[in-house]
Amino acid sequence: MKSLADLEAIRKKTLDQVILRKDSEGTRIVVGMATCGIAAGARPVMNAFMEEIAKRGLEHVTITQTGCIGMCRLEPIVEVFVPGKEKVTYVKMSPEKAVRVVNEHIVNGNPVAEYTIGAAE
Amino acid sequence: MEFARGHVLICGGTGCTSSGSEQIIKEMEAQLKANGLEKEIKVVKTGCFGLCALGPIMIVYPEGAFYSRVKVEDVKEIVEEHLLKGRIVRRLLYDETVHEGTDNIKSLNEVQFYQKQMRIALRNCGVINPENIDEYIAFDGYRALGKVLTEMTPEQVIAEIKESGLRGRGGAGFSTGMKWQFTAQAKGDQKYVACNADEGDPGAFMDRSILEGDPHSIIEAMAIAAYAVGADQGYIYIRAEYPIAVQRLQIAIDQAKEYGLLGENILDTGFHFNLELRLGAGAFVCGEETALMTSIEGKRGEPRPRPPFPANKGLWAKPTLLNNVETYANICQIILKGADWFKSIGTEKSKGTKVFALGGKINNTGLVEIPMGTTLREIIEEIGGGIPNGKKFKAAQTGGPSGGCIPASLIDTPIDYDSLMAIGSMMGSGGLIVMDEDNCMVDIAKFFLEFTVDESCGKCTPCRVGTKRLYEILDKITKGQGTMEDLDRLEELCHSIKEGSLCGLGQTAPNPVLSTLRYFRDEYIAHVRDKKCPAGVCKALSHYEIMADKCRGCSLCSKECPVGAISGEIKKPFHIDPDKCIKCGACIAKCPFGAIKK
Repeated sequence: MKSLADLEAIRKKTLDQVILRKDSEGTRIVVGMATCGIAAGARPVMNAFMEEIAKRGLEHVTITQTGCIGMCRLEPIVEVFVPGKEKVTYVKMSPEKAVRVVNEHIVNGNPVAEYTIGAAE
Repeated sequence: MEFARGHVLICGGTGCTSSGSEQIIKEMEAQLKANGLEKEIKVVKTGCFGLCALGPIMIVYPEGAFYSRVKVEDVKEIVEEHLLKGRIVRRLLYDETVHEGTDNIKSLNEVQFYQKQMRIALRNCGVINPENIDEYIAFDGYRALGKVLTEMTPEQVIAEIKESGLRGRGGAGFSTGMKWQFTAQAKGDQKYVACNADEGDPGAFMDRSILEGDPHSIIEAMAIAAYAVGADQGYIYIRAEYPIAVQRLQIAIDQAKEYGLLGENILDTGFHFNLELRLGAGAFVCGEETALMTSIEGKRGEPRPRPPFPANKGLWAKPTLLNNVETYANICQIILKGADWFKSIGTEKSKGTKVFALGGKINNTGLVEIPMGTTLREIIEEIGGGIPNGKKFKAAQTGGPSGGCIPASLIDTPIDYDSLMAIGSMMGSGGLIVMDEDNCMVDIAKFFLEFTVDESCGKCTPCRVGTKRLYEILDKITKGQGTMEDLDRLEELCHSIKEGSLCGLGQTAPNPVLSTLRYFRDEYIAHVRDKKCPAGVCKALSHYEIMADKCRGCSLCSKECPVGAISGEIKKPFHIDPDKCIKCGACIAKCPFGAIKK
């Protein structure tokens, strides 16, 4: 390492990996991962979210799981919490849909209406 | 870049390691693999979280779930429930971290143990992986060094440290900035910086935890100090009894060298700095600065008179800057956030925070960092969670064998260098031992004297012989053979040792006796005049007796007695033979009716 810029580069690169441990007010993606969710294919959905977030290097986005919220027939269910906005619930998710949610909702701020619970009901 | 959606932080400090965190880390890795989660969940071995009483500790992010007293058997459940399905394992959570009546997790800063704390020296402990320099850099590591080397002159660095009001955290509380200035102004072709990591007080483990949890912060601060005083070589003197700290420091030094943050021409600024470890054999006297440097030179660790001070004649008679671990741990933050920020914390003459190792009769045994001026009451009742088993607080001992006892009547004393000195104790390195009504103060004084007798290096007579005589008088008193003249003799001897000893060890060794005599003289008198130990600790003075009105004659005590001192007829009161009784207390523990008193 020969300069402050090198140091800053390492800092930035590693910050993505440790940001989880700082109190951040970022976006939260919550995947339903109870037995019903897993059986309906929640795991590939979560993996798709993780890959897409990593690919785009999005900071301040965390992915967590939750248990069953009682609508097993609509699994895999994913909830997206953007600070200051109302929660958006996506149902019957797939890895392909996950990619679109990241692109349109998380990056551009436009929820994908057709995947939401409102559209399904 | 690897993206992990979850981080499992497991404490790898000495406390949690001895309660089995190594095995938990292994089991966690195995379970993650078995469930195919090894790529998405990252396991990080960190330094101490501070709540050693609850170890082994595991924190899972992003939820911030704080699992305490985790056992190897619990790991499977944590992986399958929490990490796989996202259901937090409620029964393993530290109760304090959950909002009452719900399963919602509080932020750690809302927990009482952490609420009143302010973590500057411990900022990275329990947050980063101490064996990974990148994580340290991610949390602003080496930015202070970068700033110093590219934007500041050595004079500006010293001015900033002086302005901050930082005082030595090793005990005496000398102004750090002044020390740096003296070393910088000293004339010499070669200068050194050194770090005193020879933490020897019984019950103190702050320095160890900092070195284990955040070794790079010390390395960076020493490099800054070297730049400020004009040194190019540094030594960390650490005791070999701290194997984890030694290992992590060595890893950290190697990583810093590899990155070019130690060595030649650092950050292309023409500044050179090398750092080496020196292991001590664990002699208490080597925490004294002149003895420490003699030991680094490879000689027997004995002190020498001052002046000359190390700033002028230190290692190999060259100007040397010597600071304690915790002092260094504050440096980078002062450089990054400024002297004004640091000055705003603490009291008028004691700035910043102090780390205390909380031990003894207290619920939350562990490590706490508090702003100067916090009262003893806040530390014990709020952060420490009070005294176990509803017992009453009697005294707190600060400063180890060099310090003194603070009695319950002074519990509202704000903790800083000067107020502690005024009440006959001292900040010391930061051990804080809490005592309740079951502790005998004469016995405590005897305990510390036994330690100093062992640890006196023997070079000067007042310390070598004086502490031994002190110990003998105390021993006599605890055996009920003391006289009132002995109390006066104790005091006189204490003052002679204080005045006549060569180094800090001898000069402070009488403090435990003086402060207990000052605040608990009645207890001494009870031992001498009434031949009684009010706390019931001193065996020679205790007397076991069965109260005939409470005894039901069940014979449990006589079966428990290891020496057959208890006899009697069933259903009639039993009796203890005082000649046979060895005062082990086994009968008291066994009696279901509380019929035995001492």
